Amino acid sequence: MIRTISAVASVAAIALGLSVAIAQQDVIKTRKDLMKANGDQAKIGADMIKGAKPFDLAAVHKMFAAFQNAAQKMPDLYPAGSQNESGSPVADKFSPTDKVWSDMADFKSRFAKFANDAKAADASVKDVDTLKAALGNIGKNDCGACHRIYRVEKKG
Amino acid sequence: MGKSLPRRLGVIVGVLIVLALAAFWILTIPATVPASALPPYTPNLANGKTMFNAGGCASCHAVPNADPDKVDPTRLGGGLALPCPFGTFYVPNISPDPKDGIGGWSEADFVSAMWNGTAPGGRHLYPAFPYTSFRHMQLADLRDLFAYLKTLPPVPGAVRPPDLVFPFNIRRMVGLWKLLFLHGGPFVADPVKSAQWNRGAYLVNGPAHCAECHSPRNPLGAIIESERFAGGPTPDGKDWVPNITPAGLRQGDNAKSPWSEGDIASFLSDGMTPDGDFVGGAMADVIRNTSQLSKDDRAAIAAYIAALPPRQGPTPPPQKKD
Repeated sequence: MIRTISAVASVAAIALGLSVAIAQQDVIKTRKDLMKANGDQAKIGADMIKGAKPFDLAAVHKMFAAFQNAAQKMPDLYPAGSQNESGSPVADKFSPTDKVWSDMADFKSRFAKFANDAKAADASVKDVDTLKAALGNIGKNDCGACHRIYRVEKKG
Repeated sequence: MGKSLPRRLGVIVGVLIVLALAAFWILTIPATVPASALPPYTPNLANGKTMFNAGGCASCHAVPNADPDKVDPTRLGGGLALPCPFGTFYVPNISPDPKDGIGGWSEADFVSAMWNGTAPGGRHLYPAFPYTSFRHMQLADLRDLFAYLKTLPPVPGAVRPPDLVFPFNIRRMVGLWKLLFLHGGPFVADPVKSAQWNRGAYLVNGPAHCAECHSPRNPLGAIIESERFAGGPTPDGKDWVPNITPAGLRQGDNAKSPWSEGDIASFLSDGMTPDGDFVGGAMADVIRNTSQLSKDDRAAIAAYIAALPPRQGPTPPPQKKD
């Protein structure tokens, strides 16, 4: 009886551990995909600024909507124990720094600012010049400022 | 006779030891630049500021803050810890404070530090301070930079000395390191190349000291010349610095096309890679400095970097799996 209980308990523990591990991999993949999508969108905006693509206001709206979507979802994608590298199948050249977890309140507040800035930018852009100002501001003060503290490079 | 042979051997060994110590002492005498080597000069403060931004002095020497946005790049009180395989360096105070900074330094002291890695009093500086690159700077640029540093606010506070493991804690050993690895002099332009390329080559290899982070190092901590600019681990071994030769700066994960000059120049201006990513980590601090340079200087750096020969560097370690 005791043996059965302990067997059941250990199977349950393994299953729980496994599902936690899978859940961790899921959040890591989800947050990486969101960030990758942000980069893809920013590139479209940057190409318009450089003149490599014609200005397209619909695409600009799509970009800032993607930013806001990511900014809303990201704060919940860094649960304790998801310190990357453990999620080897999705590990790539970037990794969050330990500061994400030690300064979680600041980290989360940066996504709130990112969402606000993206929303304000969306309302402000009328042409290439206003796009340049808006995307430049977000790139420097949101993307760059946050990566500076909370992201490291793990391979070349 | 039987008694005096060991005694004679002892004398010979003793003499050899004394000679070896004398040779070590002479070979490791710290080099300095005498004040007589500096003719009268009126410094150009604007150029000094350009050198300050190109050199990114503030990235290491500014008083650290947990929030990098709150770091004041004009307050050069030092204190940042730099862990590496030999121990931990603490970045010195180079503010014009007369007691704790370089306020009491003469111009010749400053040039000696930048060109020869020698501090006032004839003391070797450790090459964590990248004088291997600063050695290639022009004398006028150093004098302008020194004059500019003197305009910044003095910040009191002595920084603790480095905490290194034996035998690296013997400062005189740095003299041997310099014999092996400190070479060349001020940059000489290549007449075959364009003025823009030459300006870029000077900035990259002199003040901006790009290769000091973007190259792998040998067990003695010197750059492996054949893999210069080809990336490698950070000194603390935790992270990775990318290969910035055309073999490394690629668009997309596996794309064939290297970054263009325009890509590099705009990256140095706003931190955005051709893939739409905004750089983080230590390079974000570098961008803060390069964004202050003139457009022409950024274009020159880009022209030089884009024209580097492609080189393969060390292979990054595989990601941990569990």
